[in-house]
Amino acid sequence: MANPTGYPELDALLPRLDAIPSLEVDALASELIAVLGRKNGALTEALKSVASLPMDQRKGYGAAVNGLKASFEAAFAARRESLDTDRQRQEAAGVDLTMPARRRWVGSEHPVTRVVDEIVEIFRGIGFTVAVGPEVETDWYNFTALNFPEDHPAMDMHDTLYVDAPPVAGEQGGRLLLRTHTSPVQIRAMLESAPPVRVIIPGLVYRNDPFDASHAPAFSQIEGLAVDEGISFVDLKATLIHFAHRFFSSSTKVRFRPSFFPFTEPSAEMDVECQLCHGSGCPACKGTGWMEILGCGMVHPAVFEHSGIDAERYTGWAFGMGPHRIAMLRYGVPDIRLLYEGDMRFLEQFVPGGRRGSGARPERSEGAAGQG
Amino acid sequence: MNVSLRWLEDFLRRRLDVKDVTERLAMLGAPVDAVEPLHADLTDILIGLVEEVRPHPNADRLRVCIVNDGTQERRNVVCGAANVESGRKYPFAPVGATLPGGLRIEKRKLRGETSEGMLCSARELGLGQDGDGIWELGTDAPPGSRLLEALPIADHRLQVDVGPNRPDLLGHKGVARELSASYGAQFRLPVIPGSPTIDVPPVRRVGDSGPVGGVRAAIEDIEGCPRLLAAVIRGIRVGPSPDWLARRLETAGVRSINNVVDATNYVMLELNQPMHAYDIARLRGPSVVARKGRAGETVVTLDGVDRKLTPDMTVIADDGGAIGVAGVMGGAATEVTSETAELFLECAYFTPGGIRRTRRTLGLSTEASYRFERGIDRWGGVEALRRCIEIIGATAGGELVGAPVDVGPGPANPPRVFLRPSRVTQVLGVELPWQSLESYLVAIGATLVSKPEDGRIAVEVPSWRPDLNREVDLIEEIARLHGYEKFPADLRPFRTGALRDAPIERAATELRRGLARQGLFEVSPLPTAPADGPESVRLLNPLSSTDGYLRRRLLPGLVRLVEQGNWAHHVSDVRLFEIGTVFIAAPAGRRPREERHVAAVLTGHRTPPHWTGSGQEWIDMWDLKGHFEAATALAIPQGTVQVEGSEWIAKDQEGRTVGRAGPIKADAPPWAAPLFGYELQLDPVVRRPPRFAALPSTPSSERVLALLLAEKTTVREVEEVLRRVGGELLESVAVASDYRGPELPASRRSVAFRLTFRARDRTLRDPEVDALEARMLATLTTELGIQRRDAGSRGGGE
Repeated sequence: MANPTGYPELDALLPRLDAIPSLEVDALASELIAVLGRKNGALTEALKSVASLPMDQRKGYGAAVNGLKASFEAAFAARRESLDTDRQRQEAAGVDLTMPARRRWVGSEHPVTRVVDEIVEIFRGIGFTVAVGPEVETDWYNFTALNFPEDHPAMDMHDTLYVDAPPVAGEQGGRLLLRTHTSPVQIRAMLESAPPVRVIIPGLVYRNDPFDASHAPAFSQIEGLAVDEGISFVDLKATLIHFAHRFFSSSTKVRFRPSFFPFTEPSAEMDVECQLCHGSGCPACKGTGWMEILGCGMVHPAVFEHSGIDAERYTGWAFGMGPHRIAMLRYGVPDIRLLYEGDMRFLEQFVPGGRRGSGARPERSEGAAGQG
Repeated sequence: MNVSLRWLEDFLRRRLDVKDVTERLAMLGAPVDAVEPLHADLTDILIGLVEEVRPHPNADRLRVCIVNDGTQERRNVVCGAANVESGRKYPFAPVGATLPGGLRIEKRKLRGETSEGMLCSARELGLGQDGDGIWELGTDAPPGSRLLEALPIADHRLQVDVGPNRPDLLGHKGVARELSASYGAQFRLPVIPGSPTIDVPPVRRVGDSGPVGGVRAAIEDIEGCPRLLAAVIRGIRVGPSPDWLARRLETAGVRSINNVVDATNYVMLELNQPMHAYDIARLRGPSVVARKGRAGETVVTLDGVDRKLTPDMTVIADDGGAIGVAGVMGGAATEVTSETAELFLECAYFTPGGIRRTRRTLGLSTEASYRFERGIDRWGGVEALRRCIEIIGATAGGELVGAPVDVGPGPANPPRVFLRPSRVTQVLGVELPWQSLESYLVAIGATLVSKPEDGRIAVEVPSWRPDLNREVDLIEEIARLHGYEKFPADLRPFRTGALRDAPIERAATELRRGLARQGLFEVSPLPTAPADGPESVRLLNPLSSTDGYLRRRLLPGLVRLVEQGNWAHHVSDVRLFEIGTVFIAAPAGRRPREERHVAAVLTGHRTPPHWTGSGQEWIDMWDLKGHFEAATALAIPQGTVQVEGSEWIAKDQEGRTVGRAGPIKADAPPWAAPLFGYELQLDPVVRRPPRFAALPSTPSSERVLALLLAEKTTVREVEEVLRRVGGELLESVAVASDYRGPELPASRRSVAFRLTFRARDRTLRDPEVDALEARMLATLTTELGIQRRDAGSRGGGE
């Protein structure tokens, strides 16, 4: 029971206040009018009567009426809410809540883009900025400046697609071709800026390879370049291990093996522990327990010479990797062509939050056909 | 390069564990792509000791042998071979064993006598041609031992991935040298079975030509062939190779032909020196010359193909003309046959660039050209020639006629490279002791000519390493032999780069996220396409004849994805976008122009169909316009969407048309919904971040104006008037409905505008809004002839 006010005519209302929580809808409405109604409500009248009281009594009585009014208002509101909830519950009782939700279309970035973005973010965190360059290049930018000897078997690793157009004149010209790697952007970055250079270069590259389950004539590459005084093989290893630990997991084992690229020396291949078998050996890693992730090395002095950088004063390192291949490893995509075909049933699998959350699964198209 | 593990063992004089070797080679820079165990099908075969041989009671040609197979029991084996003797050991296939051909040995009776197993010939085990008798084994291994463990016949073929910079690893000796550095062990040439029958005198050096065994060996193309060693052997007997030789070649993936050809191939696989043997009897005139090809000259090579030679090629010729393509393939006319008695052996160095051009011109790549093209050991010829003579002597007999000759200008001083230990530290980031540098360089065969002086050391690089030309090449060798894994990996302080982010990439990323939020999926098809207008860029060597160009626009590629990637699979709800490069041909001698575009295609349900009945409508042109406007806002700061003819276009700040949107014709199945699409050029300018505008603190006032518009009056025209007259007080204009109906005056439509008024500094009162609305109507009437639809029907038709 609410606290008495000390005014008998007000305290007479208290039992009615206590009764409110048990009133049903209609009774609640009439009681609301009886107590708080604008015309003859009991409390409205009491409030009006304050004006006729002697000055010294007005304050106390007015406060008591207002306090009681607030209590009634709160009680009415609470009861109304609880009645509403009850009603909803009752209504819901007849509904099958397992019926499917109303969803909206969601989209997403390409799985390869997601890989690229993630790599870029990791390198942004350690002082790299993004650089890009043209996809049609000259011989000079794609090969000569990167220390590819003319008529050398090293060229066989880059089966090149050429543009049917006359060559570009000048020292940095030559035949027009589709870049076979993102490395020409290294040259462009170094020609554009004096050291320190610290860039990460995503982009599409081209090879004259037939389109099959593991090859595509155009695919993404992402490349990094760091040039400054005092940069060494130790920095290369440290930075790329940092990357591997961020991209895969901090417990992923990493190893560096000697390799060959014309534009780096010493050159290395970085392997990470196979993400499927965790090093014990499986068909995916050909039983070695390792997966080849990226090629890297110290920038070859000849590349600096072509880029107008003092090769005695500055050293640098570079790496390159293939986000298409990494996406295939990461998402378990068995055939690279799936990444090019734009099949919605494939793309919907990469919606953040998963396919269920996406609601992206349309009804059977045969059904849709009926409406069209 | 196929490497035989046994061959390496013979070099290193020790047993090698295949897994360990694989691991070491990987860490030395020559990863093993595959390991193939050979003769694993002989696992079941044991060593059997024949303790007694008895005649077969019912057959003259059969014998009954008592075989000790290492167990307590003795096996009865019926054997037909004439050479079986008691007290000797033979390969024994017990009951249950499977022979290489798949034959399973079972216990059975032969003419009344039980036979429990089989004594085998070498041929039955796939180990040679000898099938005349069973294979007598001279082994100390006890009976019952496994044949594979007792004899060195089991082998592993290692497929080593050799980089283009390491020609020395195309021979077993080079691989053995690497492993010897890794194991810290010595390595020597394996001993050739059979006693040497030919004594090889030292080679005789001559200028550009010299006689050997009555044949003149000469170089006329000194550029293509700076060195030619030759020897003449007579009295040989050409025949099948002994098993050890044939087996070695087969392990390395080369077919056995005869003892002479096999000897040359053996040397190639061992020392990385391709060689060639000519039948002297079939030479036209007593000379063998390395010269340029002549115009119109041809030669039939060993594969039977008539090859056209050119003056760019180096050829081997006799007095009658070309007899082989130098360094690529010999000719059929002078090939060694079973009749050959007298040999001319060629052992040359051909220049890599020339061989590369020749094999490309001819489209003929061989084991020899592959090696010459990468650069063989320029001074390794003498060892190779002697080795070849030795093997021929041991397998085909014969005698050397005169001393071998060495034609050419003779050795120059070995190339010398200076190494600064300080530079090693600068590049590798750790200081290595001088002794380590020295030992690593010695291990690869380099000679240190001086001690450190002026902070540098003169190093003579070995002739089999044409890749070592500069200081940094030596630094790589040091790092490699030190072991990449031994370098520390502590992240050291760095300076951030001086270049800022490429604005186009930032813009593309924002755009991509924006479009994904609108329910579109990013795709990236191949950027090649059919011709698309005169500005298309054509490829010289396209992969596909239909897609011989670089794309000029993105949209056609996306339409293809809808047709082939979705409709073809009965997928009808398709919403795709791409951000990619397009190419526009430039004047001759210039790079094509590249633009970054964004395009999207949309078809199917507007929202996922739901059982309540919602979401059944197709995507329509108004959805397209919304997508187009949103993409324009993201792709082009200050860009606007306008109407041009019957489509929408996007204009940039300067008024250039940079995008289009509209319905798309496609190869659609009958059930497909209409297809829409747009394409826009992405503007690389740096985006300004949005600016906050103070939230309103005064109430707004809303009016609905139903207006009668002439058919050709556009909503945009009306909106312009409303905004001009409404000024700052008109906060927003929205179209609430568009109605056409018979009760309206002829060729008029009724459009209802919902206007929101607000003053930022005060509460707008009705009279002020009424006055403004009246002025708007008056101006609309004067300027556009627009009347208000009669007051009774606010809001337009239903």
